[in-house]
Amino acid sequence: MSEHHKETFITKYIFSQDHKMIAKQFLITGMFMAVIGMIMSALFRLQLANPGQSFAILEMLLGKWAPGGVLDPSMYLALVTMHGTILVFWVLTAGLSGTFANFLIPLQIGARDMASGFLNMLSYWFFFLATVVLLWSLFVETGPASAGWTIYPPLSALPQAIPGSGAGMTLWLTSIALFIVGSLLGSLNYIVTILNLRTKGMSMQRLPLTIWAILLTAILGVLSFPVLLAAALLLIMDRSFGTSFYLSDIIINGEVLHNAGGSPILFEHLFWFLGHPEVYIILLPALGIVSEVIAVNSRKPIFGYKAMVGALIAIAFLSFIVWGHHMFMTGMNPFLGSVFTFTTLLIAIPSAIKVFNYLATLWKGNIQFTPAMLFAIALVSTFITGGLTGLILGDSALDINVHDTYFVVGHFHIVMGLTAIYGMFAGVYHWFPKMYGRMMNKNFGYIHFWGTFICAYGVFFPMHFLGLAGLPRRYYTNSAFPMFDGLTDINSVITFFALAGAIVQMIFIFNFFYSIFKGPRAKQNPWRSNTLEWTAPIERIHGNWPGEIPHVYRWPYDYSKPGADEDFVPQNQPLKEGEVEH
Amino acid sequence: MTNILIAIIVFLIIALLVQILRVSELLSEINNTDVNEVTDEDNNTQGKLYLAITFIFLGFVIWQMVYWNHFLLPGASSVHGEIIDGLMSFTMNLILVVFFILTPLLFYYAFKYRGKKTNTAYFYSHNNKLEIIWTIVPTIVLSCVIVYGLQTWNKAMNPDTSQSKVIEIYAKQFDWTARYSGSDNQLGKANYKLVKGRNQLGVDLNDEKSEDDIVVREVHLVKDQSVLLKFRSRDVIHSAYLPHFRVQMNCVPGMVTQFAFTPTQTTAEMKEQEGEDFEFILLCNKICGVLHYNMQMKFVVETQEEYDVWIAEQKTLKNTLTLK
Repeated sequence: MSEHHKETFITKYIFSQDHKMIAKQFLITGMFMAVIGMIMSALFRLQLANPGQSFAILEMLLGKWAPGGVLDPSMYLALVTMHGTILVFWVLTAGLSGTFANFLIPLQIGARDMASGFLNMLSYWFFFLATVVLLWSLFVETGPASAGWTIYPPLSALPQAIPGSGAGMTLWLTSIALFIVGSLLGSLNYIVTILNLRTKGMSMQRLPLTIWAILLTAILGVLSFPVLLAAALLLIMDRSFGTSFYLSDIIINGEVLHNAGGSPILFEHLFWFLGHPEVYIILLPALGIVSEVIAVNSRKPIFGYKAMVGALIAIAFLSFIVWGHHMFMTGMNPFLGSVFTFTTLLIAIPSAIKVFNYLATLWKGNIQFTPAMLFAIALVSTFITGGLTGLILGDSALDINVHDTYFVVGHFHIVMGLTAIYGMFAGVYHWFPKMYGRMMNKNFGYIHFWGTFICAYGVFFPMHFLGLAGLPRRYYTNSAFPMFDGLTDINSVITFFALAGAIVQMIFIFNFFYSIFKGPRAKQNPWRSNTLEWTAPIERIHGNWPGEIPHVYRWPYDYSKPGADEDFVPQNQPLKEGEVEH
Repeated sequence: MTNILIAIIVFLIIALLVQILRVSELLSEINNTDVNEVTDEDNNTQGKLYLAITFIFLGFVIWQMVYWNHFLLPGASSVHGEIIDGLMSFTMNLILVVFFILTPLLFYYAFKYRGKKTNTAYFYSHNNKLEIIWTIVPTIVLSCVIVYGLQTWNKAMNPDTSQSKVIEIYAKQFDWTARYSGSDNQLGKANYKLVKGRNQLGVDLNDEKSEDDIVVREVHLVKDQSVLLKFRSRDVIHSAYLPHFRVQMNCVPGMVTQFAFTPTQTTAEMKEQEGEDFEFILLCNKICGVLHYNMQMKFVVETQEEYDVWIAEQKTLKNTLTLK
């Protein structure tokens, strides 16, 4: 029994309810936004390394925001803000979860589609609408939102405080509200599908780690995104309807505001109650993808499956009680700071377990260096490097002096940005044959990987030194302070690697689009993997399997199992007589 | 014209890439191999590249630590700052040790266990003993970090302020102002609705505590004398950041925040150590608007005698406002 049906161009490519097509829609929209976010970072990196210098390309792209080819300070802040917003929400939340949750859940658990195909379609189109509104905000007269991606009021509430807090911020808030609706529709669907539509034999203990990670991500999203929605709605009220949730005792540009009794700190609490789980909404799917990729390409079972699941659950739980570590310097009660330091540093324990288990998985493996595997190993490296500096930032006493400096920028770009984007690349390379029925070019993948790996560390590692020199983030230039004069050297190094890294990404984009249309046809199971998606036919059909859905008899990690005929045993193969389940 | 040229070049590059892919695919067809199949040769090359990158990456890290070390902030110039520096070097050393063990180990495994058609991986799904060990060891280490961290935090945040000189730091887009509490060591009340003309801090002049308050644009402190900074903001959130003293606190409109510390070095001593250009600087460290990058105020630490001379030259706020 298959659910495949006749499809018109519109129901196949645009208003599709097939999870595989929706996944591709998320992926391509995410990639498009990633390119925009990356170009923005290239533009402000130019300014940072060459303060005051004129670049024709800046004037060409930004017009009045770069008079004479010199970036305007308010546009600098707008670029930083939009870069953060796009990368955090559009690329690493929607682009990553939207793509792989949609694509992998039904295929890996053995379901015909999501629990509600219609809600799933709606989830994408809310996201699409959010994207349109966000891009629209780039073109308004007063410029896009520029209060930082964390949009702390009063800066974000008062158009008098910064031009970007005018129409740009209104559109930003509208866009994020639409985004959250889309994200919630998606997440609910993911949870329901995983809990209810698993095929016969697919017990929770036999779920691939990707699905575990996606399930926890979706739970985090459902519990935390509504809080941001509430925070955004209150901010809209303050901005447009004269309320004082976040505003009190303010004089701006000589104008005395009537607002009294509100607290900007309330916004920070609401924001980070989403904001910190958000870090793990970004990170967990990447860790899930990589658990799969490392096991497949080491030709070994993932080491300590139960501990891996336990660590994921622990991280997800802890992520809800650590948000205050973003606010150590807000003047909150020092005792509260102690509590958040304690809970924050605890996260290092499940994180350490994951790292050790990845190392143990590689140990005595038979490693196949597909491009996906290269990115997976690099992810473990960035997770180590970035995670370690978290011990400094999570410690309130040390945070006093590195809070809001470039040390933070270096830390989160490595531990969250790079780790998640490596996970995303690993996922794309690994599942591309399943998505498009064709192969991406391996050698271009190798070049893309090494270029990215070297440039990315070249960009973000030096930032720790800027931070330890005391340089605050979001400074248009560091030339206003003699104490930072020498740091332009470091900034030049960073900008060099940033631009080189951006060019390397073009190889990936080329490889991706070329391979969709012209890549060599993929085999049924090119990586010789155990999970169910590789038992589905290469040709895309709505309903995934033409006949019956395969049943599951074993966990997904029977690689190089002694006594097996090959070095992999797909989940739908019954246990042999006398064979014990791992 | 340049745009057309750029467009042509981009087009040519893409065409070149397409041809490269075509050729490699055709070649593999002739040789009857799959161009995208990972061969033993690939595994060998990539494994060795991982070994090479270990040296390049760690070398780069060490190079930065050696050549960029002089950019880092000098040792703390405050009592609690020195304690924080102690915790910082403890944590930093711990991080470096773990980093320099795990990173090479990861890349070495990638190299050592690079795949070969004839090899078989070792089926090893779990080992409870091992997993318990690497749960307990980080737990013990982290307990030490947490205890040490919380002790330091409590010392930094709860100093004895009974003898501290009270100074208000007032933030607005895009400058700082300071108000000394004067001989009574008590700040007069302030209200944002009273901001008018030269009374830029909105000080309530009817409050007798405000009579001796002094408003200045440069802060002078006495070495080894504790100060209690009280922060207010007029418009948006700012953050008062004094990197050399290891002091940071947000300035939030609608509330008063505070931070107490004791400077241990005079500006003159620091100039001897760090060079003639050295100054203690207060920076804004929370995005606050277009000129955020240039919101600063000088702090001067000096001896009691120098301070007495300076403070005697300053007029009280009441004086300034009534003198016209």
